[in-house]
Amino acid sequence: MVVVYALILVAVGTVAFHIFSPWWSTEIASNWGYIDTTIDITFWVTGVVFIAVMLFMAYCVWRYRYKAGRRAAYEPENTKMELWLTGLTTVGVIVMLTPGLFVWNDFVTVPEGAAEFEVMGQQWQWSYRFPGKDGVLGTTDVRKISDENPFGLNPDDPNGKDDVLVEGDELHLPLDQPVKVLLRSIDVLHDFYVPEFRAKMDLVPGQVTYFWFTPIRTGTFDILCFELCGVGHHTMRGKVVIEEESAYKAWLEKQPTFAKSMAKAGTGGGDGLKLVSSGGEAVTAGGESAR
Amino acid sequence: MAYVAPGETSLVPPAEVAEVDLYHAKSWITKYVFSQDAKVIAIQYAFTAIAIGLVALVLSWLMRLQLGFPDTFSIIEPSQYYQFITMHGMIMVIYLLTALFLGGFGNYLIPLMVGARDMVFPFVNMVSYWVYLLAVLVLIASFFVPGGPTGAGWTLYPPQSITAGTPGSEGGIVLMLVSLALFIVGFTMGGLNYVVTVLQARTRGMSLMRMPLTVWGIFIATILALLAFPALFVGAVMMTLDKLLGTSFFMPAMISLGEQLEYDGGNPLLFQHLFWFFGHPEVYIVALPAFGIVSDLISVHARRNIFGYRMMVWALVAIGALSFIVWAHHMYVSGMNPWFGFFFATTTLIIAIPTALKVYNWTLTLWKGNIQLTVPMLFAIGFIVTFLNGGITGLFLGNVVVDVPLSDTMFVVAHFHMVMGVAPLMVIFGAIYHWYPLITGRMYDEALGQIHFWVTFVGAYTIFLPIHYLGFLGVPRRYFEMGDTSFIPESAATLNAFVTVVALIVGFAQLVFFYNMARSYTKGKIAGRNPWKANSLEWQTEEFPPGHGNFGATLPLVYRWPYSYGVPGVAEDYLPQNVPPDEVVTDEGPGASGA
Repeated sequence: MVVVYALILVAVGTVAFHIFSPWWSTEIASNWGYIDTTIDITFWVTGVVFIAVMLFMAYCVWRYRYKAGRRAAYEPENTKMELWLTGLTTVGVIVMLTPGLFVWNDFVTVPEGAAEFEVMGQQWQWSYRFPGKDGVLGTTDVRKISDENPFGLNPDDPNGKDDVLVEGDELHLPLDQPVKVLLRSIDVLHDFYVPEFRAKMDLVPGQVTYFWFTPIRTGTFDILCFELCGVGHHTMRGKVVIEEESAYKAWLEKQPTFAKSMAKAGTGGGDGLKLVSSGGEAVTAGGESAR
Repeated sequence: MAYVAPGETSLVPPAEVAEVDLYHAKSWITKYVFSQDAKVIAIQYAFTAIAIGLVALVLSWLMRLQLGFPDTFSIIEPSQYYQFITMHGMIMVIYLLTALFLGGFGNYLIPLMVGARDMVFPFVNMVSYWVYLLAVLVLIASFFVPGGPTGAGWTLYPPQSITAGTPGSEGGIVLMLVSLALFIVGFTMGGLNYVVTVLQARTRGMSLMRMPLTVWGIFIATILALLAFPALFVGAVMMTLDKLLGTSFFMPAMISLGEQLEYDGGNPLLFQHLFWFFGHPEVYIVALPAFGIVSDLISVHARRNIFGYRMMVWALVAIGALSFIVWAHHMYVSGMNPWFGFFFATTTLIIAIPTALKVYNWTLTLWKGNIQLTVPMLFAIGFIVTFLNGGITGLFLGNVVVDVPLSDTMFVVAHFHMVMGVAPLMVIFGAIYHWYPLITGRMYDEALGQIHFWVTFVGAYTIFLPIHYLGFLGVPRRYFEMGDTSFIPESAATLNAFVTVVALIVGFAQLVFFYNMARSYTKGKIAGRNPWKANSLEWQTEEFPPGHGNFGATLPLVYRWPYSYGVPGVAEDYLPQNVPPDEVVTDEGPGASGA
């Protein structure tokens, strides 16, 4: 009987925990409410199956508990029942998958008019780049990265001159403006994630990845690195401020452009890079670079 | 009149080839150390796997102490924490679960269950174990090289796995890759043995559709492993070349901590594809033997035929085949072409259908049974609960948009621990208790077994259920500490402390298991022959426990499937596979029916 009670307790307890748990998704701050809806649908479908199987098992353990001399029913197969169960499971899968694929189609289809900006990841900090007045981001090359040119912008590309560079500061984005986030890493894998936005994507060195979203409420949110990137992974944090268009514009005005920052750095040729550990945590491993 | 089940006909084909004489050990060393007997090799595999598994258990305590009490254990540094999680994961998945299910249970049970005297290539089988042991030793050695073992996460994603800034990126990662390559070499020798033995060495009458599901599960899992491990092998070789010779398979032009590296043109995603082309079938390499074994545990202890045997076999085959076209569901947010998401979400959710059917059929085997709540049965029920829970959360992660917020959160950690950590371990414990009398000739202590079950089952569920909800909240995995994060409430820290305390209790409760096993080996009640009244061949050997060569002078002949429990008209509630039809004792007396 203990097993019967335990099974019922696990079933009921799991549902109770789900309902009363203080730990649940943060209040959403982007357009991806459909993702939360898909999660809810999945909870309903799988929750019903979970409760049904658990209670059926509890019933079996109680009803068919061992009795000396009792014989189990000898019933190797029941094709009809198995077909029914296959069919019902298939329906459940379709109910979960269909909305999921529709939402995914939205997720991979960047809307016309989405504003582009770039997130650049490196061990262990975030930097950001906005296209300047021309609305076009300049080309970059890892090999061009130096102390004077930390973003590795191509100095010969006119599109890059007016690019706005944000280093070691908060990211600001305007409310209700769809944005396409271009993601670039100059060292290892990272992942740009703000839990309130629900959307994330890895940064992969050697390529530019992307995702899009629309901020729907103002506030300041934590940015976390969500792909293990070395010993300082957990310190790779940032903040994003969602604000009204006018406040955003004022903030952007104050940030330096590439042309300005190069002028400030002077004409020094740059004699290679120093070893910097920017994450705050001690770099205990290796000590030297790999090569 | 006896009921004739599918696969239950009386025909036994004539012998096609004469029996080959078996290798016989001549000395103590060749009998117990460099042994070619699959049963001894199985025990060697099991002891080694469990020993290294205990290292992984201790590592999990250390990481739980850090997560539960982040400011208390100042001796644990970030680099060590990342080394703990990496080695814990790798040991559990590869060196414990894979080795124990295939090398341990596979070696012990395949020859006995299919009616063979041994594996078909006993010498290769022996070498398989020693190469596995070498792989384990190389893995342990990585703890002692400068810089320590790799802390790149068990997925070993480049570039960070081989660049400065990651613990163990000098010596540790190289030893890890060498150890994996050795493991794969050792496994391949064992795996070929298991497959050929199942295909070629079954006794007369043991058609494929009369094999116990345990053998089916291990058989399909071995085929998966033989096809999947080569992807990991080439990945490991390529990464070793990148690290030691400066090739750029996985390495693009990049900076490392402020310094330009000479790599150029490689692609980190290539490694992820290779890794998960191995890594996803790997989940089923662990799960399918568990599916098979638990089917037999449930059937024997519920005294009822497994429900829907043919469906169970085809579900194993279908899951095995599908497992090769779902790998990129681990990579939805990896930066691969996002349009792949449609395909991989669809295949992933399709695989849920045969998997769900297996769960239904296990519960339907309990239905109308005569359920004996022995320790193996308790663990089997514990498996169904944890596997059901973990399988369901897999539907969240497989459905591509739901994975976007949840990937790399603690939800993923909770999911895979439930489904491929706790659930297979439930089966392993159940199986050890179930076959303990076969291996030692003695019974375990029932009361200690019950205590072990309840603490382990309730504890493990209590640990991993709430961790899912930290994932919904947005707590990332692989974080040394959360620091100051606006969306994480104080209560999350309390929960983490609670989980750590439960994890320590569950960990220490395993001492009850080890004590029970050790004590019962000499003090346990002598088990009579076939104490569970089971049908499969391993319990029908002449010598009990089975000796060298497994069976007596002649190999058993098989007349029916192994699930003839409660057959109407038969006097006993079980009917072993090797009882000839004319010797079946029916209600009317011996030999009266043609069962």
